[in-house]
Amino acid sequence: MNGLIEAGVTHPLDKYLRREMIPHIWCTGCGNGVLLNCFIRALRELNLDMDKIVVVSGIGCIGRISGYVNLDSFHTTHGRPIAFATGVKLANPELQVVVISGDGDLFAIGGNHFIHAARRNMDLLVICANNFNYGMTGGQYGPTTPLTARTMTSPYGNIEHPFNLVHLAWASGAVYVARWTAVHVTRLTESIKKALGKKGFRFIEVITPCPEIYGRYNRMGNALEIMKWLRENSVIQHFTDPSKVDIEIGRKIVVGEFVDKEKPVFTDLIADLKRKVKDRLEAESKRTLTKI
Amino acid sequence: MITEQEVIGLNGDEAVAYAAKQCKVDVVAAYPITPQTIIVEKFSEYVANGEVETEFITVESEHSALSACVGASAVGARVFTATAANGLALMHEIVYVASGLRLPIVMVVVNRALSSPINIHCDHGDSMAERDAGWIQIYTEDAQEAYDTVIQGFRIAEDERVLLPVMVMLDGFFISHTLQNVFVLPDETVKKFVGEKRNVPEIEIMGKRVKLKLDPSFPLTIGPLALYDYYHEIKRGQAEAINSSMEIIKKVHDEYSRVSGRKYGDGVLDSYKLEDAEIAIVCIGSAAGTVKSVVNEVREEGLKAGCLRIRVFRPFPADEIRRILSGIPVIGVLDRSLSFGGMGGPLQYEIKVSMYDEPKRPLIMNYAYGLGGRDLPPGTVKKIFYELNKLKGKQKPKETFKFIDVRE
Ligand SMILES: Cc1ncc(C[n+]2csc(CCOP(=O)(O)OP(=O)(O)O)c2C)c(N)n1
Ligand code: SF4
Ligand SMILES: [Mg+2]
Repeated sequence: MNGLIEAGVTHPLDKYLRREMIPHIWCTGCGNGVLLNCFIRALRELNLDMDKIVVVSGIGCIGRISGYVNLDSFHTTHGRPIAFATGVKLANPELQVVVISGDGDLFAIGGNHFIHAARRNMDLLVICANNFNYGMTGGQYGPTTPLTARTMTSPYGNIEHPFNLVHLAWASGAVYVARWTAVHVTRLTESIKKALGKKGFRFIEVITPCPEIYGRYNRMGNALEIMKWLRENSVIQHFTDPSKVDIEIGRKIVVGEFVDKEKPVFTDLIADLKRKVKDRLEAESKRTLTKI
Repeated sequence: MITEQEVIGLNGDEAVAYAAKQCKVDVVAAYPITPQTIIVEKFSEYVANGEVETEFITVESEHSALSACVGASAVGARVFTATAANGLALMHEIVYVASGLRLPIVMVVVNRALSSPINIHCDHGDSMAERDAGWIQIYTEDAQEAYDTVIQGFRIAEDERVLLPVMVMLDGFFISHTLQNVFVLPDETVKKFVGEKRNVPEIEIMGKRVKLKLDPSFPLTIGPLALYDYYHEIKRGQAEAINSSMEIIKKVHDEYSRVSGRKYGDGVLDSYKLEDAEIAIVCIGSAAGTVKSVVNEVREEGLKAGCLRIRVFRPFPADEIRRILSGIPVIGVLDRSLSFGGMGGPLQYEIKVSMYDEPKRPLIMNYAYGLGGRDLPPGTVKKIFYELNKLKGKQKPKETFKFIDVRE
């Protein structure tokens, strides 16, 4: 790979990657690579100004993505990318701010930030690589691990009910909610493009294979077999009732778009408010001046 | 009588988990973080195999982990947790709550550098940031000591005269991930040593003697307001409790050494060849192993070198340090963490304050080393000893604080 680069061989997506950081650390067959690929393809197809995009990630395997994209990026602390991203967005509303992080990061330690950013309709695109466990720390169960699934900390099967992320995002107020898996590369890319074209709190869940850890604990076979499994065990059902798309073992994963609506966006509301307050203050100061 | 013991190959984290298992903890609440993860991993294995009856709560963050520990401890349970770096920083609020409520929780901190930049390797910045939080802090040198100290930790914490949380530190990767032959006591011996159940002390309230725990038979409120009316007194009580825990720490260590045959200095300070020393290095944690071996090397070359390892950092053994170090003209303090904008590393401050009342104060040099897991090779320690040796009888140099093994 690096040999090719030295020989001057380039790929059309190269400009979106920090080539000196490649090869990445992800395991062979990890879904994170697919997610990265779809994301940068979406950027290329939309031909967006790279100087106007910021990628913010938390800590975890997927968190390393902020080091691989050749964009302004921010590798934050575990659980806090949405909070950091909110700061970035508010300081410079011109920027398209994209949070890409893990299920543990966004919904365990950082769950609070997710629901509040969605409630405020903060202008962020949040993409979650859901591999059903904490990959980076060796595969403990977390808030998305399906019931009965085996992980390092649930060797006899998980007994905690997982979040249905689509439902959670819907209930918290997100204006765009979609779920795809790592086999739905074209649809995922299109979905990212669509979300990038919208304003407000947008959420895309991507079911990503973790063949090295989650896959192993659950005897899902090699990376290719997991991809096959995902293809056979998912169904596209757009706009299904979000409360009915829980991910359960033995049931097909419902994917598709679930929410696509418009709602006043926090950054616009705050700009409006600022304008109004400024106008009022100006009017008041004029009045005082005339009195004098 | 020294108990016969089994030797098993364990790394530091496994040794800690093994000790916690033998201490029959009622509740463990933890969140994984490198390099502590193996502790959680091992412990969940014990739970899954039915080797313990512990309630193991895998919470959603460290803040929740320590909060759950506080809750469990308040009802009288024996409680254990472990964390590192950012996890400990996230616990910060509850670290103070645990000590303020005088809850005898034992927490292992596997030392790791704090972000930013992100780093998973060892330094002491995480636990040093909690040094003023009212916990007893004990730093260990290897996996064996980590094992022994967790067991001692429960005895110290739960002692009626102490009732304070105990933080046991081991260096990330250097100890946590290094395999060592560890002598383990039989389960029965540990059970006898720490007691089968936590002994909750009684207090007198409204003319009645009640156990100091949440119990519906005599409802108590734990953690209510104390403003300028009582806060001051409560904090003074806490300060006195931690200071007087020193004697108990030593006693527990002595009693443990009678059972195990292992001693770590006097349980507080671990002196190595200091009796006739003219130069000494003071340090904490796994670095002491390297320093001690270099002491032997430079002694063969004619230097009168020694090493003082601080085992108990809180309460700080100032008087003993003064007694041990007095008469040694040149001292080098190794700090594996910084106090930005201050005048050197945190250990150095404590040593300097301890030596202030000496009629003949030593020359104290301070070296920042090993941040973010950078190794401390014997060659570096040797250089320090030679530098200290050169300073004998000399004026204090202009700069007494420096970074070692650092790129310009
Ligand atoms: C405050 C804090 N606690 C714990 C950790 C350790 N940690 C790093 S990544 C991670 C879990 C990552 O899981 P997820 O977000 O699902 O990402 P994945 O690795 O699965 O991609 C944990 C617990 C940390 N870095 N900071
Ligand atoms: S551990 Fe799992 S999530 Fe992490 S890189 Fe490997 S396959 Fe991917
Ligand atoms: Mg994950």
